[in-house]
Amino acid sequence: MTENQAAANATADASIEMKETAGLSQGQLVLKRFLRHRGANISLAYLALLILFVFTAGGIHLGSRETPITIPGWWHLSITDMSEVAISNSDSGQLLVGAPTLDLNPFDGNGVHIGAHPFGQDAIGHDYFALVIRGAQQSIMVMLVVGLIGGLMGTVIGAVSGYFRGLTDSVLMRFTDLIITIPTVIIGSVIGAKFGNLGVFPLAIFLGLFAWTGLARLVRGEFLSLREREFVDAARVAGASAGRIIFKHILPNAMGVIIVSVTLLLSGAILLETALSYVGFGVQSPDVSLGTLISQYQDSFQASPWLFWWPGFFIISIALSVNFIGDGLRDAFDPRQKRKLGRKDLAMAKNVEKN
Amino acid sequence: MLAFIGRRIAISFLVLFGSSFIVYNMEAIAGDPLAGLAESSARNKEYLIARLTAQLQLDVPPPARYFLWLKGVLGVFVGNLDFGRTRQGGAVLDLIGAAVPVTLRLVTAATVLAIILGISIGVLSAIRQYSRLDYSMTFVSFLFFSLPVFWVAVLLKQYFAIGFNDFLADGQVTTPFMIAIPLALGLIVAGFIGGERKRFWISYAVSALGLFGLLNLLNLLNWFQSPGLGIVLVFLFSAGAGIVVAGLTMGFDHKTARNAALSVAALGAVLYVPFNMIPGHWLNLGLLALMGVVAVVVGVFTAGFWAKEDRGALRRIGGITAFITGLFLILDKLMQVWNPYVNSDAISGRPVPTISAANDLMDSHNYWWQLLDVLLHLLLPTLGIMLISFAGYVRYARSSLLEVMNMDYIRTARAKGLTERTVVVRHALRNAMIPLTTLIAFDLSGLIGGAFITEAIYGWKGMGTVFLESVSTQDLNLLMGVFFLTSFLAVMGNLLADIAYSALDPRIRMGK
Repeated sequence: MTENQAAANATADASIEMKETAGLSQGQLVLKRFLRHRGANISLAYLALLILFVFTAGGIHLGSRETPITIPGWWHLSITDMSEVAISNSDSGQLLVGAPTLDLNPFDGNGVHIGAHPFGQDAIGHDYFALVIRGAQQSIMVMLVVGLIGGLMGTVIGAVSGYFRGLTDSVLMRFTDLIITIPTVIIGSVIGAKFGNLGVFPLAIFLGLFAWTGLARLVRGEFLSLREREFVDAARVAGASAGRIIFKHILPNAMGVIIVSVTLLLSGAILLETALSYVGFGVQSPDVSLGTLISQYQDSFQASPWLFWWPGFFIISIALSVNFIGDGLRDAFDPRQKRKLGRKDLAMAKNVEKN
Repeated sequence: MLAFIGRRIAISFLVLFGSSFIVYNMEAIAGDPLAGLAESSARNKEYLIARLTAQLQLDVPPPARYFLWLKGVLGVFVGNLDFGRTRQGGAVLDLIGAAVPVTLRLVTAATVLAIILGISIGVLSAIRQYSRLDYSMTFVSFLFFSLPVFWVAVLLKQYFAIGFNDFLADGQVTTPFMIAIPLALGLIVAGFIGGERKRFWISYAVSALGLFGLLNLLNLLNWFQSPGLGIVLVFLFSAGAGIVVAGLTMGFDHKTARNAALSVAALGAVLYVPFNMIPGHWLNLGLLALMGVVAVVVGVFTAGFWAKEDRGALRRIGGITAFITGLFLILDKLMQVWNPYVNSDAISGRPVPTISAANDLMDSHNYWWQLLDVLLHLLLPTLGIMLISFAGYVRYARSSLLEVMNMDYIRTARAKGLTERTVVVRHALRNAMIPLTTLIAFDLSGLIGGAFITEAIYGWKGMGTVFLESVSTQDLNLLMGVFFLTSFLAVMGNLLADIAYSALDPRIRMGK
């Protein structure tokens, strides 16, 4: 980049910023910057569709194991249904047991079709589509519950600690240190081994109870600096209570940090849950999660690789899209964030200068 | 400073006390170590239960029992550390003592490699912000960040180990790979070279063609079955590495620096023959390490001879080049023993193992064989751990450097006419590394407890395996032993990170 170009970019930058921020609220600005992040938009749409797909296909399962409340989904097979295992020959003549019937190739003469078992079957005839869908439901639910509980606790503890400072701060932060000291895997496996058999929901709640520490530290730091600002003094002089100042005045300003680290919490949570389930300390049979599916079928990789690919694909695509959304939000909330100027922007800047 | 450290240590011990109390009681109340026995149909059930109760002092309620356990741990101050006994009656300390070296062997290499690779790629990505390389590295690091370690492990086993072993049967790269590998690798090489679109495609074409030719040559030489570098390649590689080191530290046009590096590499080539004459059964790890130290010292002095000024920087170049040259010498030696090793009875042509920490090589006293064996066992788990933790370093190093590059003093440095290399390496990088030290100290302290799942998958008998066992068998003392050691190291790592941070960054005030 030459000197002139750099200078042109700098002015273009400034004028674009001026033009862009004119008459917009903070929320609109953030939304606008978020919509500019292509990866984050695609990820958000993908994740929303995936969640919709997974929960409509598999139905919704509530209630305890003894008295289940089930709203059926559009997929006709459940995770306990067993049917005859389809045996076919692959193109290379290898015998395939329970091969996937999903066919997305429109050019092979058969057209695009789903077939009886789109993701295939396991060796004893379970429909793998139903299993993976249920596993994805459980993993998504754990992720959301951990994010919700961890996010709430982290925000409140960090906010109280940063706002009141002094003794409250010391006690709460030492408590946070204490929880941080216990490695997540230890917490997870102790909890998983003890409460995993209660079902997925209690497991998620317990994991959430230990997942707030990083967020609390960040929020505290943010509050420590925000509480010294003039608008907080103004609110205090006007007679606002501590609760009002924390939740109405400071918290909205700290929202960026919170939302970004909650997304990191979410992608960490799904990896933690699947890893715990994989080693047998998370979701316990007869419940399924994406982690238990992989651990159960990894040995049949040679004969039926699809039993391994599908759950892996779901874990990675969920975690990856959550991470991208987090990246987009980080950019959107960071006012210092500069982006590369495209040709369109430079043309726009020239127009701005002319007017 | 001392008061600050003292207070921090005191608080750390309180935190350790609190967390161990919580974990002990959580585990003791949630799990019943007698559950398995109570359901058993053994004739002497009552006796067994009574014996275990007495042995583990289960008649004492958990909060009180914790203090009995703590008394044993506090024995460290009178030189009598006691973590209690396992259910089988062995000392917890012995079990952990056996597991720690295994875990360290597994994770040290992976973490060091991940740090070096992650930081260098992150730095490159930041310097070329918004380039093709930056975008692809961002995507790749997000992807690796989202990979479950157990899933990667299964894939590595399948394709890397089994696939590679199958390939070694005849050692010839087949035509589809012969085309696919240069096309893919060329993209990576061209991405790192960068530049405008035209230059990108030219470097892509050149590197892909070069790789295609190289693979053909290796096929002809049957290199994959009996690899080797030979004295010429060892010299060329170490000379190249030396030039890069000299270029990065003192500039590529600095003749003295280049000559110093080249002289060290040449010395390595001279030592090639004597090094190869050392009989394998004489060697051991200590001797090899000693030779490494001697090599670095010799390198430092050789480079020092060239110095009229900048003696320190030249010596550093010499030391680093000597170290790299040594690594190439070892690599060459390992390649020489590759063929006999692979075709030996214990290996029978399938060298990349998918499980356990070492093969039983029977009668081999050749140190190179043992080293090769250990390294091959490390290969898959190291790759797995590295891929995932490397992503975090890329992100962190990139954002840290970008932050620094926007500072006023960087503009000042550019304005006074320093070269871009000096600005980045001397001014920006050093300050960008400060926040990274925190991450590194924290990661290093978490090493021992960091690889539970990897250990379980590859069947290493390290801390992770011990820990998972202790959870599933409700072995409270064993679990507490592992927990206490890992959390003690975590707390100490945290403390060291804080001290390092304030030592490196004078703006941080101690004590507050």
